[in-house]
This record gives sequence, C-alpha cells and structure tokens, in this order.
Amino acid sequence: MEAMLFYLVALVSVISAFFVTKCRNPINSALCLVTTFLCLAVFYVMLQAPFMAAIQIMVYAGAIMVLIIFVIMLLNIGSVGKSRYTHGVAGAIVLSFLSFIVAAKFIAGGTVSKAVGDISAEVVQSYGHTELIGKAMFTEFLLPFEIASILLLVAIVGAVILSKRKV
Amino acid sequence: MISVYHYMILSAILFAIGSFGVLTRKNMIVIFMCIELMLNSVNLTFIALSRHLGNMDGQIFVFFVMTVAAAEAAVGLALIIAFYRNKESIEVDDFRLLKW
Repeated sequence: MEAMLFYLVALVSVISAFFVTKCRNPINSALCLVTTFLCLAVFYVMLQAPFMAAIQIMVYAGAIMVLIIFVIMLLNIGSVGKSRYTHGVAGAIVLSFLSFIVAAKFIAGGTVSKAVGDISAEVVQSYGHTELIGKAMFTEFLLPFEIASILLLVAIVGAVILSKRKV
Repeated sequence: MISVYHYMILSAILFAIGSFGVLTRKNMIVIFMCIELMLNSVNLTFIALSRHLGNMDGQIFVFFVMTVAAAEAAVGLALIIAFYRNKESIEVDDFRLLKW
C-alpha cells in the first residue's frame, strides 16, 4: 500500500516537474510547480515529518508561488512562439542526464550507514514533530536562526530598494 | 517497502529535470522556478536521510534552505522587475551587456 502510494505520487511529481520545463506559458509552469510542491509535501508526511509538510505547503506552495505568479501577472507575460522559448536542448539533455547518472552511481555504489539516532517513529509520535524541531532550533541551532533573521531583513530591504524607481 | 534509496533516486531525477529547465529555457521566471525545483529536490534528500538516520539536524537544515529560498525569491523577482523596466523583456538572451 505504501509502495503503491509512493510510486503514484512519484510519477505525478516527475511528470509535473517535466511540464514545468516544457510549458510555453509561465502561468502553466507555475501551476505545475505547485503540483510538484504538493507531491513533495506528501513525501514529507510519509517520512514522518508533518511539520515540514505544513511548512512546505504554506511557504513554498503558498508564499513563494504567490510571489512568482504575482510578478508574472504584473509583467503581463504570455506564451511566446515555438522557436523562441528554448535553446540548446540537445546539450542540456546530455548534461542533465550525465548529472543524473553521476548521482545515481553515487547512490547505488555507496551504502547509507545503518547508524540509528535517537529520533525514532515512536519518539516523533509521543513528543510531536513540532516540539522536537523547536527544541533543536532554539537550543542547538540558535545562532543560525538569528543569522537567518538578519538575512531575511536584508532581503526585504534589498527588494524594496531594487524595485523602487527613485531612491 | 520503500527504502531511503527510492527517495534519493527520485530527488536525483527531480534535480536533473530542474537543471534541464535552467539550461534550456529563455524566460527568466521559468529559470527561477526550475531553481526552486532543484532546491526542493535537495530538501527531499535531506528529510529522507534525516528520517533514515534518526537525526533531527537534516530537517533543521531544510528550514534554513527554505529561508534562503524565500530571500532569493524576493530579491530575484525585484531584479526581474528592475530589468523589465530597462529592457522591456525578461529573456536571458537580452542580458548581453558583458558580451563582446
């Protein structure tokens, strides 16, 4: 049952990812990308990370995609003619296939260590995933958390200054 | 039973599709979306390995990847708008100021 769900969702995510690169209209690409994000959220639930699935849907499928679709509509971009939307297809097929082969070779050639840490399915069930993430983030990873907040502030200021006509 | 290798192969496939899109498309926004796709495939690897190894650190890392992706989206889209104001186009073929 789990394997069937996995293969079904994997098929949907790969097909929609392919149509992100293939659709001529950017709006259609954006909608296909939302489908891929939702499929990835299903995988996160299957991997017992429900908080990450919720964040994936809210931040990626919600905030970032709304931003992208907003810009597409603001610039009023339609679909373009057949010859004008891609270049270098043959070389790109070779390069991306090579990168996939290299990654698959590493995955198949190495063995993932059997080391089992202290976060098992039972621990996630009893404590709750959000609590575990929060504990790790506000104790062990406090400094990266603060740096991320400064990064977001810089990004906000930069976006405002870049899109203003006159500073 | 689904093992961690299934997830890693799937994320390698998604990464390859994303890199194909980045290399072929001319529209800057679509290239941007393909970059988001590649970031997401790496996130899938992080969470699959974090589950497999019973360690929370990978999922915290996904959190920071999402933060950087959000910052990148804001600044990148502002750059696209600024470029559109100058050139009336968002095709990467028109970015040739440094070409001779």
